[in-house]
Formats: sequence, C-alpha cells, structure tokens
Amino acid sequence: MSETTSEKIPVTVLTGYLGAGKTTLLNRILSENHGKKYAVIVNEFGEIGIDNDLIIGADEEVFEMNNGCICCTVRGDLVRIMGGLMKRRGRFDAIIVETTGLADPAPVAQTFFVDEDVQNNARLDAVVTVADAKWLSDRLKDAPEAKNQIAFADVIVLNKTDLVTKPELAEVEARIRGINPYAKLHHTERCKVALSDVLERGAFDLDRILDLEPAFLEADDHDHDHDHHHDHDHHHHHDHDHGLKHYHDEDMQSLSLRTDKALDPMAFMPWLQNLVQVQGPNILRSKGILSFKGDDDRYVFQGVHMMLEGDHQRKWKEGEKRESRLVFIGRELPEQAIREGFEACIAS
Amino acid sequence: MSAEQGSIASVTDRVRPVTIGAPVTSLYFLGDRAAFVCGEEDVALVDRQGEITHVAVHGGGILCAASDGERIVIGGDDGKVVALDAKGEVSTLATDAKRRWIDNIALHSDGTVAWSAGKMAFVRSPKGEEKSLEVPSTVGGLAFAPKGLRLAIAHYGGATLWFPNMAATPELFTWAGSHLSVTFSPDNKFLVTAMHEPALHGWRLADNRHMRMSGYPGRVKSMSWSADGKFLATSGADTVIMWPFASKDGPMGKEPAMLAPLQARIAVVACHPKQSVLAAGYSDGTILMVRLEDGAEILVRRNGTPAVSALAWNAKGTWLAFADEEGSGGLLEL
Repeated sequence: MSETTSEKIPVTVLTGYLGAGKTTLLNRILSENHGKKYAVIVNEFGEIGIDNDLIIGADEEVFEMNNGCICCTVRGDLVRIMGGLMKRRGRFDAIIVETTGLADPAPVAQTFFVDEDVQNNARLDAVVTVADAKWLSDRLKDAPEAKNQIAFADVIVLNKTDLVTKPELAEVEARIRGINPYAKLHHTERCKVALSDVLERGAFDLDRILDLEPAFLEADDHDHDHDHHHDHDHHHHHDHDHGLKHYHDEDMQSLSLRTDKALDPMAFMPWLQNLVQVQGPNILRSKGILSFKGDDDRYVFQGVHMMLEGDHQRKWKEGEKRESRLVFIGRELPEQAIREGFEACIAS
Repeated sequence: MSAEQGSIASVTDRVRPVTIGAPVTSLYFLGDRAAFVCGEEDVALVDRQGEITHVAVHGGGILCAASDGERIVIGGDDGKVVALDAKGEVSTLATDAKRRWIDNIALHSDGTVAWSAGKMAFVRSPKGEEKSLEVPSTVGGLAFAPKGLRLAIAHYGGATLWFPNMAATPELFTWAGSHLSVTFSPDNKFLVTAMHEPALHGWRLADNRHMRMSGYPGRVKSMSWSADGKFLATSGADTVIMWPFASKDGPMGKEPAMLAPLQARIAVVACHPKQSVLAAGYSDGTILMVRLEDGAEILVRRNGTPAVSALAWNAKGTWLAFADEEGSGGLLEL
C-alpha cells in the first residue's frame, strides 16, 4: 500500500465538542502561510473563507451499510462530496473535514475504510480533537459525544489552557489520559499549535504506527514531548507519576496487551476477527504490531470498530525485540476475557 | 495485447482519435457533434472531422449532466444549472439560492428539467415554472418515468416517486441502504436503483415487489437499457451483467446474462439505440462492441490505455464516441 499512499489525498478529520475551538484551529490552518491549498468540508458556513481554498458545506448524514454490521456506518454526504472533489483533484493538496460538535468520528473514519472510490483517492491522515481545558472534565461526565471524540483521537489539542489553573489542567489531562493514553496531546491557547503537529500525521498509515508513537502501548508512560513547542512552558512534566492522579474512566478505557512470545497466526487472526465482530460496537480504535511464529516479517494492523486493516510491514531487524503489542480503546471492554483470549494465541 | 483480444475482430484502425486534454466525465451527441463533458468548467464539442470547440459552461467542477439530444443540461459545484444547445450556446436555467452543489440532473421529453441540491429536488417546466420537494436525505439520483410527468428521486432508505403537477402525496418505495443512480424500465413497469453497496435494487411498480440484484464485486456506476428494453446492462463486474426484464416478473428468480468477460472491471456500458448491440468500456482502457444475442465481440480500443470514463451512441446509432479518465477519446463511424 505504501507506493500508492503518496498519490492519495490526505484527509484530516477535525472534531471537538461545541465551543472547544474547532473553527479557531481551522482558521489558523487556513490562514497560515504554508503554500498549500485545502478543500474544507464544514457543517456550518461561518467565519471561514480563505480565497484560495474550497469550502464545501455538508449535512452530516450517517448511513448504515447493508452488510449486517450494526456499527458499520458511513457518512453518506462525505461519499458524495469526495466524488465531486475528485473531479477537481489538481485544485487542492489536502482535505479537512470539520465535524459538528456532537458528531461521532467513527462514521467519518469508516467512510475511508469501506467506500471503494473514497479509498482509491484519499487516505485518512488523522483524527484531531480540540478539547476545552476548562469544560472538558464536565463534558466527559455528561456528553458521550465528547468522550467518543477523545477516545478516537490521534491528536488532541487541549485548548484554552490560559483559562484554567495548573491543578485543573493536570486534572483534565489525567482524565484524557484515562481514556486515551496514546494520542499526541498539545496544550494550546487559542489553538496555537504548529501545523506539523496536526497535519500530515500519517496516523492511519500502517507503516508509521510505531514511528509516530514513541510511547506506543506504554500506557503508564505518558507522552513526554507534548509541550515542547509551547510558548509558556510552565507546566511541570506531570507525567512522571509523582503524585499524579490516575483517572480511570468508568466506561471508556484503553487496554494494552503484549507478549515477547511469538503468536500463532492460525489462532490469532480468527481470535481478533471474532473479537471485533463481537465487541466491534464497543471498540473504537485498535492497533497492533505482531510477531508470528515462523514469520520474519513484522505484521501491523489497525481498526475502527469492526473494520480491520492489516499487512506485513517489513522484516524484523537484526537485534530488534520480537514483541507483539496491541491496544484497544473502547467502552466496557471485557478485559479478563480479552487477556485470556490473547494468551491462548501464543504459539506453543 | 491479450490473447482474448488478439483473436477477435478489430475496428481500432477506424477510430478517429480525439484529445480533449482534461478528464471527461460524460459524453453525448448534440446535433452532429459529440459533446465531451469535462470534470470542470468545459464541454468540448467535437465534429466528425475531429475539430474541437471548447465551451465554458461552469465556473468550477461539473457534477452531473443529462441530455435529450437537443441540449445538455449540466449541474456544477457553483450552484448553477446550465443548458448547452447544439449551436454551442449556453444559458443558465437556475442558480441555487445557497450556492449548493447541483448533484443530479434529469430531463423529461417534454422539456422539463429536474435537478437536486442536498435533500431538495427541483423541477422546472418548459415555461419556467419551478417546484420543489424535500426528501429525507440527500438525493442520490433522479430519473423521469417514460410516461407522464413523474420523477423518481433516489435517497437513503429508498426512492420517492413524485408527480410534480399533482397534489397527491409522493409515494415512497423503501429499501434499507443508500440508493444512488435510478432508472425506470422503458415499459414503465420497474424502477431500479444502483446502491452504495455493490448491488442493484428493483421494485415492480404495480405491487412494490422487491428485486435484489447482487453479487457485483464493485459498485454499479453505469446502467443502460437495451434498445428493445428487455435487458438492463450494468457495469461493476469484469463482465457486462445483463438483467432480464422481458417477463412480468422482471429478473426475479432469474440469473443475469454475462457478456464480454475480461481481466478488468467494466466501467461504462452503453446500449446501441436501435440494435441488439452494446458498447462496454473497461478499467484497463479496453472498449468492446458486443452483440447481445451471441456475445460476439468487436474491439474498438485496446487495453493498456487509461480507464474508460464515458461512452455514447448518436441517436441513429451510426457513431460511437468514447473518452477516458485522462482526457483522450475517439469517434468511430459504423
């Protein structure tokens, strides 16, 4: 897939609860002097409109697929708009999809997995979630949409940090990490973030699953470089777990599995398929790097709900630790059963 | 050239090549010229000597077009519905108040034009009278019935049949899923939609009986009725799938006929307007003319060329025009 990836137009999905600052971030992206042209799919025409860019209004329409899979939903409007945009391919370099504040990112992401035409022309780059440092903790309690958006994110822009105290910021960050320890997290005021931190992330690129995430699968070791570019670097590195509270969200968690023993592909693949079939509605995202018995290639996969995509990535390097690692982010995951199922896939 | 192409009759040396220079999305005959509708802005009118005249029709992307032989009506992402006549003159029929994309167009033989923007379907009579109907979700396709002024509007969850000049409540034909292009059988007995999934769905209009036509490896993007109306030819597989509609039950309980198998996906089908012949364009650039009775094939264009994007016969069936995704095309006189 890597040779065709470069020709496909990257698509960034911009989500975030009402008022978190999506439009601010969008305007920042569009007005920055980057020399690129974007096609932007928005839900409300508002205070955006940069001459060079194509702005397209969309009515979010979530369609169920007729494939007997209840969580397999796509954004019908996106399928249509992508078809129209592909007639103007030379006019833009990338696409940004802004969702409404109440949107579930899954149908947007799934559109890029299940629609053949969309898949041939575009690739999902990353789901970027803007979160309001002041109100997110409350929203995580009362708005399931906000929780989904955090759980789904590859990049979280924790905005309006100037409106909260240090302990408040530490708390909201801990709550985010309780749901999604893997996303890149950036503290911002007025969404001031380097564009390279939100665009061209390659978060859905199987080849970059590891490269992108130095802290991959190390659930208790939070991202150390999240605020390296920050103007006012007054935050302590509260990720060294000195007295940092660990919040475990009541219904949304991440679950990581690892083993340094080789897996039996004949056991593992059916187990994984079955797991996402049965638990698919509850599993928002999954990723993994696998070492199979008798196979010198590293196998990588990722998934959104029931949809899985995987491939042999490359040869294990000389001296590289052949370890299998998986992560699931989801709702009410049956941890014990998943761990036992995984253990049973270890080749004897 | 593959073995299967090597053994068949070929008319490739009789094709007059045409270079349009931009991707072509649809193709019609207008007067004595072929009209190549580009992906944005232009229509290229090409006469039989291959002389090209570019006509600007839209300020942006062209999203849909339909023709009745007299004119082509075209919808764009600039919110405009424009008509191009055989003389090459362009007139604007409508501009969407919110500048929404014009996603679909259909033409009635009496001159009525239908188009859609978002969930709204519009019809405009030849006198300029406009009516609109909102359906439950974004319109996927439009088609006029062969009899009466009746418009089929495909959308998520089914298709709505609307008589714009009657007060009656529009009739909803339901079937789960997203319905895109839509077509009536020429005898006005069946309605068929191409779905977002690789399948067709049909309804017998008399009693709403369902017909599922599935098994395609890819989505069906091109449908064409045979000249006698007995078959619906479709793209989406590596062979032309022909559903039989001659009996009162249509294709219910029947297997489709399969013609012209190649190692490439059919992209476009166009049935000859008078004879039992169709033209099929493939993703590998091949174009074949196929006789429906016995599947005999004639090669019009070789493989290894860009994917075919459009095919059209003139009304008499004496010319075939084709175009590909990269802006090349050809004219063939038969």
